[in-house]
Amino acid sequence: MSAPTDHRPHAAPHATRPAGNEDMSSTVRAFEAYGDGDWDDIAREAIGEERIVVNMGPQHPSTHGVLRLMLEIDGETVTEARAGIGYLHTGIEKNMEFRTWTQGTTFCTRMDYVAPLFQEAAYCLAVEKLLGITDDVPERASVIRVLMMELNRIASHLVCLGTGGNEMGATTVMTVGFTAREEILRLFEAVTGLRMNHAYIRPGGVAVDIPEGFTTQARAALKNVRGYLKQLTDLMLANPIFKARLTDVGVLNLSGCMALAITGPVLRSTGLPYDVRKDNPYCGYETYDFDVPTAKGADCYDRVVLRIEECYQSLKIVEQAMERLDRTEGEPVMVADKKIAWPAQLAVGGDGQGNSLEHIKKIMGTSMEALIHHFKLVTEGFRVPVGQAWQTVEHPRGELGVHVVSDGGTRPYRAHFRDPSFNNLQGVSVMCEGGQVADVVVAVASLDPVLGGVDR
Amino acid sequence: MSDVTPGGDQKNVAVQPPEGAATLELVEVKRGMFGVDGSGDTSGYGGLVTPVAMPAASSRPYGNWFDQVIDVLTEVLDEAGVPPQQAIEKVVVDLHGADSADAQQAELTIDVAREHLVAVCQALRDDQDLRFELSLGVSGVHFPHDAGRELHAAYHLASITHSRRLRLEVTAPDEDPHIPSTTSVYPSNDWHERETYDFFGIVFDGHPALTRIEMPDDWVGHPQRKDYPLGGIPVEYKGATVPPPDTRRSY
Repeated sequence: MSAPTDHRPHAAPHATRPAGNEDMSSTVRAFEAYGDGDWDDIAREAIGEERIVVNMGPQHPSTHGVLRLMLEIDGETVTEARAGIGYLHTGIEKNMEFRTWTQGTTFCTRMDYVAPLFQEAAYCLAVEKLLGITDDVPERASVIRVLMMELNRIASHLVCLGTGGNEMGATTVMTVGFTAREEILRLFEAVTGLRMNHAYIRPGGVAVDIPEGFTTQARAALKNVRGYLKQLTDLMLANPIFKARLTDVGVLNLSGCMALAITGPVLRSTGLPYDVRKDNPYCGYETYDFDVPTAKGADCYDRVVLRIEECYQSLKIVEQAMERLDRTEGEPVMVADKKIAWPAQLAVGGDGQGNSLEHIKKIMGTSMEALIHHFKLVTEGFRVPVGQAWQTVEHPRGELGVHVVSDGGTRPYRAHFRDPSFNNLQGVSVMCEGGQVADVVVAVASLDPVLGGVDR
Repeated sequence: MSDVTPGGDQKNVAVQPPEGAATLELVEVKRGMFGVDGSGDTSGYGGLVTPVAMPAASSRPYGNWFDQVIDVLTEVLDEAGVPPQQAIEKVVVDLHGADSADAQQAELTIDVAREHLVAVCQALRDDQDLRFELSLGVSGVHFPHDAGRELHAAYHLASITHSRRLRLEVTAPDEDPHIPSTTSVYPSNDWHERETYDFFGIVFDGHPALTRIEMPDDWVGHPQRKDYPLGGIPVEYKGATVPPPDTRRSY
């Protein structure tokens, strides 16, 4: 904060003083800031004991979307911080109650749009629990789910690191991060047809098998991703400015994390190796070889280190998954039960989309029952036994929970998502109070909230 | 239209549980095929009566670690002066298609009387054999036909120490939508309880600042309730409208 160069009182209009119309000074309180002293002294003199509450957001480039932070500041120090959310509430949970169980994936994928496949996977695992078909999901489907989730974890962490760097003014961190993410989004596009909002994982399996030659394409892309990760590591971790901005900032210790149920990299940065993939495995994660990295510092810097390390661990899992995919080529990717499996033999037609012509020819031409079945399953959907189920998965931001309730119908009676970003934002106050305004940006970036998931 | 619906005038249907079975947790009785009355149901299924019953209480042995947790919880509650028979209303084990409770997908649900919720949470969090340190939030469910227990709140707890998960379920009637706040035991439930209040109107007594969190502060009503009015969509053709989704035909 440089002191004003012009020391004359009543000089040119200052930022804290209404410009132009001098009459306004009678209605609007004006402050004059001049002198050689420290900004804190000037502020104390001008403002005294008055509270200053600054609204940061909901439209602020460094709040990761429409997060509103209400900061009470004393000079440059944040004395109280509160988060206000709800600006992106779209009622996805309510909407899901009026669509079939299969269509539910189309909705929940739009919650946390940076990590869409995790919502899909958690939701489908919960629905499969209710259907009682958890053990019937083909192995290849589970392997594809693991592959997609781990690729998504890397993509999500890259966004976190990239935007986190950008918010501190390190644009190169962002460009490298997003370039690397682009490689992964291309892989998603090859598999699901979309870069985000995939609706790819469906109750009973996945929508369609991976395309031919995918693992070759993925291996080449991931080699590049590895290179970009190396670049990011070199760019960030030894950079003295970066370290100065992040070390011992936004500290939240283990008891704080446990009290606020903060999970994911933030919890692991306190040294507790809690990861749902190890603690309560799903999709066969117990059969993969990977580590849960932890750190001791519980600060923003350690969370960056952890996220980079998690990317490498995810790459390790992806390689194992691709090996299994090569081995299980041609095996089913959807449960055998035709009362649940979506009757889609998808193939890319001349217009770039659609059902396979062979399948259409069969159901339209020769098998009336198949046509009826197809129609009923697509329009009406399958019934899910009465009951409730809960499933959690390790989301890039923490533990994602899905609570689904069925009344025996073809639509969810209730679907609730415990989004990790929603929960973790409760930690903003503890992490920011007592720090500088500039540290708020860093602390929020280390929580990595995605407001689509927070507000749903 | 109801006069063309066979059986449409039936009022009370008693659903008897099978001999010797535990009482079913009836939450709703549906009629007809398409869920909506007066929609011109000519399918012949108008007289269909479908009871919706949630899984009934399980009997011992529950299997896996479930028995141990219930035993320890009973003991700890007893020591704390809370009558366990009143606090624990029901224990439900959902196998979710598995053969035994040892399977990964088996779930334990403990129905807790709302006046003893905080004591139960305290016991579950603090006892060394229970240690459910992590609360993963509150999920509300509205069953408008579950007389006297219309509002349900489900708390999902996780024990990192023992790698266990369970669900607490608490109910409250629509007329008296109060449930004690668990924020004194699990501070993380702060926002989750605000969310459940916002969407279901459940008042969590003792919450430090129970205000809306997702909806605007001046919003009227609680949108996730089943009786929340939904709007239709006007169509610019001969004044037609698409009816609200809850009055449309469903399956």
